[in-house]
Amino acid sequence: MTGNLLSLTIWLPILAGVVVLATGGDDKAPAARWLALIGALLGFLVSIPLYTGFDALNGGMQFTEFKPWIATFNINYALGVDGLSVWFVILNSFTTLMVVLAGWQVIEKRVAQYMAAFLIMSGLINGAFAAQDAILFYVFFEAMLIPMYLIIGIWGGPNRVYASIKFFLYTLLGSLLTLVAFIYLYGQTNGSFAIADFARVPLTMTAQGFLLIAFFFAFAVKVPMWPVHTWLPDAHVEAPTGGSMVLAAITLKLGAYGFLRFALPIAPDACREYAWVFVLFSLIAVVYIGMVALVQTDMKKLVAYSSISHMGFVTLGFFMFAGGTQMNQFAVEGAIVQMISHGFVSAAMFFCIGVMYDRVHSRKIADYGGVVNKMPVFAAFMMLFAMANSGLPATSGFVGEFFVVLGAIQVNFWFAFFAATTLVFGAAYTLWMYKRVIFGEVANHHVAELKDVNKRELLILVILAITVLGMGLYPKMFTDLMHVSVNDLIWHVSQPKLAVPQLPQ
Amino acid sequence: MDIKTIYLLIPLAPLFGAMVAGLFGWAISRKVAHTVTIAGVAVAFALSAWTLNNLVNGGESFNGTVYTWMTINGVDFNVGFLVDKLTAMMMCVVTFVSLMVHVYTIGYMEEDPGYNRFFSYISLFTFSMLMLVMSNNFVQLFFGWEAVGLVSYLLIGFWFKRPTAIFANMKAFLVNRVGDFGFLLGIGLVLFHFGSLDYAAVFAKAPSLQNETVSIISGHTWSLMTLTCILLFIGAMGKSAQFPLHVWLPDSMEGPTPISALIHAATMVTAGIFMVSRMSPLFELSDTALNFVMVIGAITALFMGFLGIIQNDIKRVVAYSTLSQLGYMTVALGASAYSVALFHLMTHAFFKALLFLGAGSVIMGMHHDQDIRNMGGLRKYMPITWITSLIGSLALIGTPFFAGFYSKDSIIDAVKASHLPGAGFAYFAVVAGVFVTAFYSFRMYFLVFHGKERWMQKGHGHDHHDDHDDHGEHHGLGPNDKPHESPWVVTLPLILLAIPSVIIGAIAIEPMLFGDFFKGVLFVNTEAHPAMEELAHEFHGWVDMAAHAFVGLPVWLAIAGVVLSYVFYMVKPELPAACEKFFNSIGVNKLLENKYYMDFLFINVFAAAGRAIGTVLWKVGDALLIDGLVVNGLAKITGWFAFLVRRVQTGYIYHYAFAMIIGALVLITVWLAVPLAALAH
Repeated sequence: MTGNLLSLTIWLPILAGVVVLATGGDDKAPAARWLALIGALLGFLVSIPLYTGFDALNGGMQFTEFKPWIATFNINYALGVDGLSVWFVILNSFTTLMVVLAGWQVIEKRVAQYMAAFLIMSGLINGAFAAQDAILFYVFFEAMLIPMYLIIGIWGGPNRVYASIKFFLYTLLGSLLTLVAFIYLYGQTNGSFAIADFARVPLTMTAQGFLLIAFFFAFAVKVPMWPVHTWLPDAHVEAPTGGSMVLAAITLKLGAYGFLRFALPIAPDACREYAWVFVLFSLIAVVYIGMVALVQTDMKKLVAYSSISHMGFVTLGFFMFAGGTQMNQFAVEGAIVQMISHGFVSAAMFFCIGVMYDRVHSRKIADYGGVVNKMPVFAAFMMLFAMANSGLPATSGFVGEFFVVLGAIQVNFWFAFFAATTLVFGAAYTLWMYKRVIFGEVANHHVAELKDVNKRELLILVILAITVLGMGLYPKMFTDLMHVSVNDLIWHVSQPKLAVPQLPQ
Repeated sequence: MDIKTIYLLIPLAPLFGAMVAGLFGWAISRKVAHTVTIAGVAVAFALSAWTLNNLVNGGESFNGTVYTWMTINGVDFNVGFLVDKLTAMMMCVVTFVSLMVHVYTIGYMEEDPGYNRFFSYISLFTFSMLMLVMSNNFVQLFFGWEAVGLVSYLLIGFWFKRPTAIFANMKAFLVNRVGDFGFLLGIGLVLFHFGSLDYAAVFAKAPSLQNETVSIISGHTWSLMTLTCILLFIGAMGKSAQFPLHVWLPDSMEGPTPISALIHAATMVTAGIFMVSRMSPLFELSDTALNFVMVIGAITALFMGFLGIIQNDIKRVVAYSTLSQLGYMTVALGASAYSVALFHLMTHAFFKALLFLGAGSVIMGMHHDQDIRNMGGLRKYMPITWITSLIGSLALIGTPFFAGFYSKDSIIDAVKASHLPGAGFAYFAVVAGVFVTAFYSFRMYFLVFHGKERWMQKGHGHDHHDDHDDHGEHHGLGPNDKPHESPWVVTLPLILLAIPSVIIGAIAIEPMLFGDFFKGVLFVNTEAHPAMEELAHEFHGWVDMAAHAFVGLPVWLAIAGVVLSYVFYMVKPELPAACEKFFNSIGVNKLLENKYYMDFLFINVFAAAGRAIGTVLWKVGDALLIDGLVVNGLAKITGWFAFLVRRVQTGYIYHYAFAMIIGALVLITVWLAVPLAALAH
């Protein structure tokens, strides 16, 4: 059983999705919902042994599985997780559970398809995090987009066609370049698609540079980093609540994970050389996007921009090379913590907006005001998540940013200086929105008719609140699993792996 | 019970109360809510008093970890307590004032629908403040620091329907965040250079880094200590409302009066003073930083006092006096007289909480009219409020034998003895400040408690714009109404705060300033900063100090201030108008009314610029350049390319044949060239 744990986390949700799909039309919607809930719950439960059974002293891959898949090209069904990826499988399974609950009553048309799309996507995302074979990763990474397209395209807002085409244009270029990169590396490793082999093979600086460009286009778009971020606000605005939750909580993390798993280990010399580009883009994300978020009039866009700004901390943390050689451990672990935390906080923020949208059918800040008068319980929870989004200590939002800043100052005072402006910008855009939406007199008759959260919504808010506070009060639980893997990564990236140029004989 | 359990219980008891009143506020009665929270704070106070007593009588300081919050790179970040006499003093002040405010709230918030929520918040505040002062490391300090900021935010915006309140609370949070920005960078430098965030480890290593320099702008080197200390102090400037980050405090008066007393006078705003004192082993290593601290404090002490003169809202007068007194404490820090700063922090906590709660009692008596121009003669109707407020005012202006005298006079002497370059200006500021303080304090006192009963004359309308009534629904006395003394839950805290406002100075000055109360807690480099030693030479007991005060300048300045306010507001009430006319003619009035244009700077310059830049980046950067030019441009190119490709499909055989031949040529070239290139290696 434990031997196939990762396979279970991948295929159990997919299988559940297929079963849910089989319930058919909306006349059987209740059955679809309950089946989806059972599937999501089982999916989450099978991910828990990954935590309990994880050997924190082992930096290598654990729960590994290996089966030949396409023997001709040496493509294998190879799975495994280490300290860098284990949390994301768990986080993804958790988020899926939240999303199924969040869409329980809100989605009324094509319920089975909606639930199935999320379950299948959950399995595919777990696959991408667990894949140890580049082609397997690529398949999961690309396949995952299909349910997301469908979610935005079918249950999305009025402008969904523009959003999905934009998303498509952005990702297409990057994905193709990655495939080319993998095939190139296949040649360099004399016929292996194992990611570990990619990380071992010596490469010239030029090759590393081109690979870094390819990875940049694949993963920076996903993160998203400035300046390839403009698809995200549009996608969020059009996506249904559940779609936004998964998009923000998980799929963005795949981009950041791509840097950890591919760009840094495979092209370490290029990463060190061009770290300044990533640092620059990350700091622009924090400052520039922070200011852009300030002036948004649409709540979802505001939180989408805030996601970009928060993800700027992740990429900043990855590329903090002290003295140009060694990644800073505070910054790297801070960045990974930020990835996990952002999964909780952004999901919670999008869910809160969804709760209001379901009642008023508007995302415009100007259409609200004085919500607290009618929804005091909801307002209290949203206050907590708004504070987490502003990085208040004792919430998860603080931990990652804190350690990235502590790491950055060891590399360059000014990196930390600009990163720390998020204390002001993050609080400004979040609390200004909160003030206009939640506080004040009841603004209009829509707000006057609001009803406070129901039991199902309360359950989701409580679970997310517990995770946000729990991670803020005891982040050690999360980082203890990563130390050894992060150490190994830092050591690996600090070693030159330049190919020795062969002289003509 | 072992000692750690007891210390753990001190912050957790109020937290428990806050959770009961907050999470189950909907289910429990008001009586249960206030009983549970008051019990929690009472437990915290009793244990704090026990702790202080224990330490004073030779008990050991405690420095221990509760749990490890995080471990990265071999560095442990703990949640833990450092309980020495400084901590114990702060714990007692915080829990005592908090207890008084809890009791007072029963009366003050009686009619408010958010009663249980209010009790939950003030207990949560007490927990946060205790975590802040009891911390033994920077991370927990920062947690407490931001947590008290959060509760302050929640309480300033307690009446969330009022536009002014929800503006004020956001302003307070954001201005504090500007301070925290510096604070966080300071903490970052500490971890980088000291390798730990535990106080003990950092302080032990500090002397060895005295001459360490950092270069943050290439070509310029800075003393590490100066940079670190100034950054940490920027945090203190936010929390303790020092110029120019003071702008949030006057607006915080939008909150209910009990929290103005607890948070915005007695405890939270003194967190910066506490923090700098705690960091004395670092600040002592940089004269530049100390000088910066002193000058900022002096500016705040004097110039905020001026603003107190022109306020007509009773709470705002007290708020500006708080700003000014925080400036005094900061000046003392700059003069390396940390013990004096903490002494003033303590005496100020009592008499300022008293003054605020007294103001709240007046506001209740006046049916939520806060304009002192509508008051007068209240001493007849509210005797307890009157006497206690008089005691508070006398303590504030530094009347000999009162608590405020000992602490304020010691600050003035310490600044006089300081040799830092800014000491001359600071001395002028704190001495001139005595006159200003006495003048505005007694201006308020006379207008409120003496003279004509002006609410009888005023029309029952509110034509003045700066009227900040507490509830909104009902305000002001009618011409035939009589103010009434407040209930015992309000007057009892006034009496209990009035007692220490009189006696605590005389009792505590000798042990705190010249005894060994702070021995081993505060660090002073006496060779470089001999102020405290000089004070000790001149000190011959508390009676002698008070008696000798009359040969010095400050007491006479205070008397002059009181006399002038008596003349202005009791004898010749037409004089203030004449003065106002004069100050108007030279433009001073306008400057003061606009609060030196600091609000304008923050709101209309900084915040507006942030929004303007944000709009430009969004509309031009994102929408026009990235989306318009690149993304949609790529889409257009794709469309254009597709158009070309369509054109290629002409249907003519020879076109296709031509393409095939070219294709074949390219393929053969590549096919041959790749192996050839490989051979060449």
